[in-house]
This record gives sequence, C-alpha cells and structure tokens, in this order.
Amino acid sequence: MTTLAIHNARVIDPALGRDGIADVVIVNGRIARVGPNEGDAVLDADRIDATGLVVAPGFVDLHVHLREPGFEHKETIASGTLAAARGGFTTVCAMPNTLPPLDSRPAVESVLREAQLSARVRVLPVGCITRGRAGKELAPAGELARAGVVALSDDGDAVGDASLMRHALEYSTVFDLPVAQHCEDPALVHDGHMHEGWVATRLGLRGRPASAEETLVARDIALAELAGAHLHVQHVSTAGSVALIRAARARGARVTAEVTPHHITLTHEEVAFGPERDYTRIAYHANAKVNPPLREQSDVDACIAALRDGVINAIATDHAPHAASDKEIEFTLASAGISGLETAFGLAMTLVHAGALTLPALIERLTAGPVRAWRLDRQPALAGLGTLAPGAPGDVVLLDPDAPWTVDPAAFASMGRNTPIAGRRLTGRVVATIACGRVLHALEGLAV
Amino acid sequence: MTAARIEAPAAAPEVATWQHRHVLDLDDFTRAEIETVLDLADRMREVLDRRIARVPALRGYTVMNLFYEASTRTRASFELAGKVLGADVISLSATQASVQKGESLIDTARTLRAIGADVIVMRHAASGAPYLAARHTDAAIVNAGDGAHAHPTQALLDLYTMRRHFDSLEGKRVVLVGDIAHSRVARSDLWGLAAMGAEVVVCGPPTLLPRGLRAADRPPHAAAALPAVEVETDIDHAIAGAHVVIALRLQSERQQGGLLPSLHEYAALYQVTAARLARAHPDHLLMHPGPKNEGIEIAGDVATGAHSIIEEQVTNGVAVRMALLYLLAGQGTRPAPPTLARTDAEAAR
Repeated sequence: MTTLAIHNARVIDPALGRDGIADVVIVNGRIARVGPNEGDAVLDADRIDATGLVVAPGFVDLHVHLREPGFEHKETIASGTLAAARGGFTTVCAMPNTLPPLDSRPAVESVLREAQLSARVRVLPVGCITRGRAGKELAPAGELARAGVVALSDDGDAVGDASLMRHALEYSTVFDLPVAQHCEDPALVHDGHMHEGWVATRLGLRGRPASAEETLVARDIALAELAGAHLHVQHVSTAGSVALIRAARARGARVTAEVTPHHITLTHEEVAFGPERDYTRIAYHANAKVNPPLREQSDVDACIAALRDGVINAIATDHAPHAASDKEIEFTLASAGISGLETAFGLAMTLVHAGALTLPALIERLTAGPVRAWRLDRQPALAGLGTLAPGAPGDVVLLDPDAPWTVDPAAFASMGRNTPIAGRRLTGRVVATIACGRVLHALEGLAV
Repeated sequence: MTAARIEAPAAAPEVATWQHRHVLDLDDFTRAEIETVLDLADRMREVLDRRIARVPALRGYTVMNLFYEASTRTRASFELAGKVLGADVISLSATQASVQKGESLIDTARTLRAIGADVIVMRHAASGAPYLAARHTDAAIVNAGDGAHAHPTQALLDLYTMRRHFDSLEGKRVVLVGDIAHSRVARSDLWGLAAMGAEVVVCGPPTLLPRGLRAADRPPHAAAALPAVEVETDIDHAIAGAHVVIALRLQSERQQGGLLPSLHEYAALYQVTAARLARAHPDHLLMHPGPKNEGIEIAGDVATGAHSIIEEQVTNGVAVRMALLYLLAGQGTRPAPPTLARTDAEAAR
C-alpha cells in the first residue's frame, strides 16, 4: 500500500464546490480522503508540505497533438506527455492526424500500446471522422469506439462536405461519441495564413476570415440538432461563434466547446508586431501562425466572457509542436500551430490576475469542465476524473498562482519550441504534478 | 582627365539621412530618407545620360539578384544599375521547385553571402520572404517584390517619376485603380505617397480591395498602422480631380478565382480610359508599373498618350536602383568610399 499525503494546501475542487485549506490523501493511486488535517492521521506516508500552494485535480486537455506515429521529429508520445506533466495535465486527448491517421482499430491500438510503454500521463485517443481524414467517406466509428477512442475529429481540417458531416453526426449517436469539429470552411480559408483583417493587409497575406469559422459552426449546430448528436466545437476563436454556441445551448442543443489559452490572450497583431507593438516595424512571426488564427481583441473578449459563464466548457491547449525547420521558413510555407502544454496555466492565469476569471473557474475549465463536456468519466476506471472525490484517480496538481517565471522554449520538455510568447513573463506556475499517486514533475525546492 | 573630373560630381554625395541596412518596404522610411534617395537618383540619371554610362563607384562590390519569380524589367533594371556603378552583378533564377526540394531560403541567402554577396536583391512569391533572409544573413537585402506585400523600389521609382513632374506631392491626389488586394506595388506606393504628403485613393471592385484599409476598420490604437487612404469602388468618383492615376495590372486568374465575372466586365467598369481621365486634373499623369494589359486595365490610346509617363518610369527605375545600391554600399563593410567620378575611359574622350 503506497500512500501520499499532501498537507495544508488551499484545495480547489470545483466539481465538489470545495475551496479551503485541507490535506489530500492518495492511497494506491486513488484519492482516499480530502479534508482539514486528514493527512495527520495517516501513518507511513510520503508527505508533501503544500503550505501556500493551491492543490487541484490534475488538468485534462481535450486537444493535443502528440505527433506519434509519423511525425516523431516534431514530438513523441514520451516527450509530449512529459510536456503535459510539466504543464499540470494528467490526462490528454490525442488528435488523430498522425501518419497513419487514427482511422482504424490497429492504428488506435498501436497508439495505446506505445502510450503504455512511454507515456507519462493518461492518453485518451481521438479517432478520425472520415477515412484517412480525406473528408470523402466515414471512418469506422464502431470499430474506433471498441478500440477506445473518446471522440471523433478530423482536426487540422474541417469536414467540409455538409452531407458527410450530417451522416457522421447521425452515426455517432449509436456510440454516443462527441463529434469534434475544427470549424473552418475549407473554401473560405483556402491559401489563408492568418486572420483576415488589417494586419493581414499590412503583411500582404491572404486571410482566414472569422466568417469561415462562423459559417461552419452555424451549419454544424443545425446538423447536430437534426441528428440529435453531440457536436463539440474545437478551439473557438470568434465572437460570432460564441454567439452561435450560446444560442444553441440556450435552446438545448448538445453543443460543447473549448478555447485555447492563446485565443483568450493574444490577437492577430502578434503575427506582425510581437509584444512590442511598434507599428513602424513589421515581422512575420511564424510562431504566431496557428489555425484557427489569432483574432481581434473583440473576439478575445467574447471568448473570455463565454469561458467565464460556461458557454465554453473547457480550456484545451491545441498543443501543436513543430520542428524548427517547420517554422523557420517562409511564413506562407510554415506549419501552423503553437506548442502550448507547458505555458497553458501561466498564460491562462493572466485572466485571473486581470480579474477576468476567478481561479476556481479557471481550474474548473481545466478539470471537471472538459471531463463533463466529453463524459470522460463514463469509463469505470475513470470515475471521478477531474475531481478529488474519494475513489477518483489520484491525479493532482500543485500550483503557485503568484509565482513569476519567464517562458524559455529551450527548457521545454516538448520537442516543439514553437511558441509566440518566448521570453514573456508569466505569473502562475505548476509546482508539481502527480498522476495516479506518483510525482511526475516537481519544481526544485518543493518540500517532499 | 583633370577637366573631366571637375565636371563630374566633386565628391561622394552626402547621405546623412540614411539609416537602412536593408530595403524591405517603405513603411519605415521617413520623408527625409525618401528625399535622400530621390535626390541621389537625380545624380544617377546624369550618369545614365552620359555616352558611356559607367562609373566605378561600386567597384569590388558584389550584387546578387536572387529571383524566385519570373521578372523582366525589375531584374534587368537591377542588373544594369549594378553594372553602371561598376559592381559585379550575378543573377540567379531559383525556381520554387528547387526551394521545395531542399535548400531553404535561409541556406541560400547565407551561401550567397559566404560566396561574397554584399547585396542580395530578392524577389519571392511569399510575402515576408526578404524579412526572413534579412534576419539570417548580414548581407544587405533589397526587396524586389515579395508576394502581395511590398515592392519598395517600384514605389520609389514611382515617387521619383512623379517628382520630376510636380515640385511636391504634398496634397496631390493620387489614385491607384485595380487589383489592390494582390498588389505589392500598391502597398508600397501607399506608404511612400503617404510619407510625401499625397492624398491617396485606392479604387477597385470590393473583391479586389483588401480588408482593414479604411481607418474605421481598425481599432483606434492602430490608426497609424496603415497609411491613410480613401477607398472607392466607383472609378469616376475616384478619378475626379486626380493629379496622378496609376493603373494596376489585372491578372487573368482573378476571373478563374471567382473574384470577377469576366475581364470584359472588369474593363467596362474599371478600365482607365480617355473619357474617364477627362474628369482628372488637366495636368494629370498616367502611370502603370507594368507589364500592362492594354484593353483590360488601361486603354491603349491613353497608355501611349500625352499624359502617360509609363516609359519614363522604366528608365527612372535604373536610376533609383543605382541610388539604393549606392546608399546600401555606404553602409557596407568595404572600406573604400565609393565615388561617382567618371571612368578614365570616358574622361579620355
């Protein structure tokens, strides 16, 4: 019997409405007890003094790209899940745009096998909506469900064909899997490289208009309602999308949504001007190139408001690691994506420090919010995931919300150093990450 | 020989207001800096008008033209500009295919620098490509056109050509007509014209106008992040009172791309014609960056008519590029100060 006792922390467990000083006791990889001085009664335990720190359930990320198999020069399951642990994430949902894509049972099983060997945190695979992600015919959702996928997505690309999307939604109801869509109409974003607006005009780049996202969000909500299916809108980025999702939710549609840390903190100005905002001097910052693109401040504000009131259920990183050679090239040829796992908490904390979101609300959107959105706790082994309820997986993060630090991509565990916020000072840090009762990551100085 | 030297410019021109290591766009040029280039271009025109247009100002200096896109006039213009000043000029055609096969733009730029390039003149289909090169090599980079972003040497030659006809561009109404969205010439012209105090108008169908050009389409803090322009979709309204009309090339693929119903309809709605120019200022100038499609964006008779200065633009392009190479060389690592003295051969005549 192995026991870990975390003493004297401010325990924030949004699902159970707990926010107060308590001890957390983990026995044999599961949460045993949470309460004031509960740790004192435990004999023969490993102990962590968490005085002055916040303890919360381990973070759950609905959207990461682990790149394996097929793109091991960008990331591997081992490096990506270590990055997750550093970022406080103990469960990650792996997108299927690998090579081969996860559109068959053997492909999904190979990822699960590799995860068993090398993953530091829990990996839940997502299967393709269409075969080969080609957008032509349905992938075998039943076979994928049996293999263990937790959702379906062609992420990276949208299912452009409305009829095929309708059928995917209808078919998904048999297995009750969320259909997660990367909402950008392929025809409207063709050859676009950043948000369509004045910055793209200044840079002479073709844009990806906000309406490319909103038309697909509107279409897919209508199709989901027609099919009685669960639509999950990935990485919401525009005020118009937020309004559509808000209205759909109000009338009872099964629509959930996620937003990334970068879409609630950065705008399209990042691409040309970086943090300096010197409008006399442009650059082409490929590390700020991401799909959907960084938008305008009004979009950022709308996403924050929706995150605050729960219309957006989850913060998901869309962790998209790339090699330097994918980014240090012409902007139009550079790969889109941001390596986000290790900066997610610190970046999202800027909202808390600005008073736009409470710390418990932020933690909810990183824990119980995503679990409920996809009902990840349906699997018996995952009962209680995203909470500190007795019997839940012993996944815990220790946070210092006020610790300042500087983003240094060279120190990332992820192989992807592609971040637009290199060198930026953030306030709020993951001090330690514990998964199934095992300490995966701990900053130096933590009293263990 | 002595007499000839007295006739030639006595010393290297003063270039106090010149801070640029590269010429990537005009967005970071002040009016004084633009005037420095234009004043020097006047001196270069004098050199070009000589019987043997050769001076050794850039002897020992190496200019490499790295063109990833086809070009006739810009490339020839840079080659001649370098040769007239006595530089070694090497022109390389790099096809997009060879780029995708392996050698990256950064590698290529570094290699050219290692071979000895002092200046790399670059044209590339990707907006921003010269900025990438400038970040990764210490050769001076001259942008000879990048995607739909910028074409600063074209804009400078446009300004120079206008200045030869108007004392000042202050308050002059300059109208650019056509495919503004895809035009790197238009973008650089906007910056240059705004810096010189012109009143700038862009005109075209909404499908060919980029978003965010109107100040009202930008947040207040970004008001100065693009030049102030008037945006028109009605050509007659735009041209009224214009001192300068610049017709832009229309690529036929805009029709295939669904941006236009037909070239015929475009010509009917937006072609610069004599009838439309009748509404312009009586002393207006007509310009075109070339290559032009007569009968599409510009009528044949006005293209060669009395107000057209299209051919003069081409000649001036060489002078302006000479001025830029000269200025960049002054910033270079070569110790010998360049001179504009005549060659011994010419002096001997």
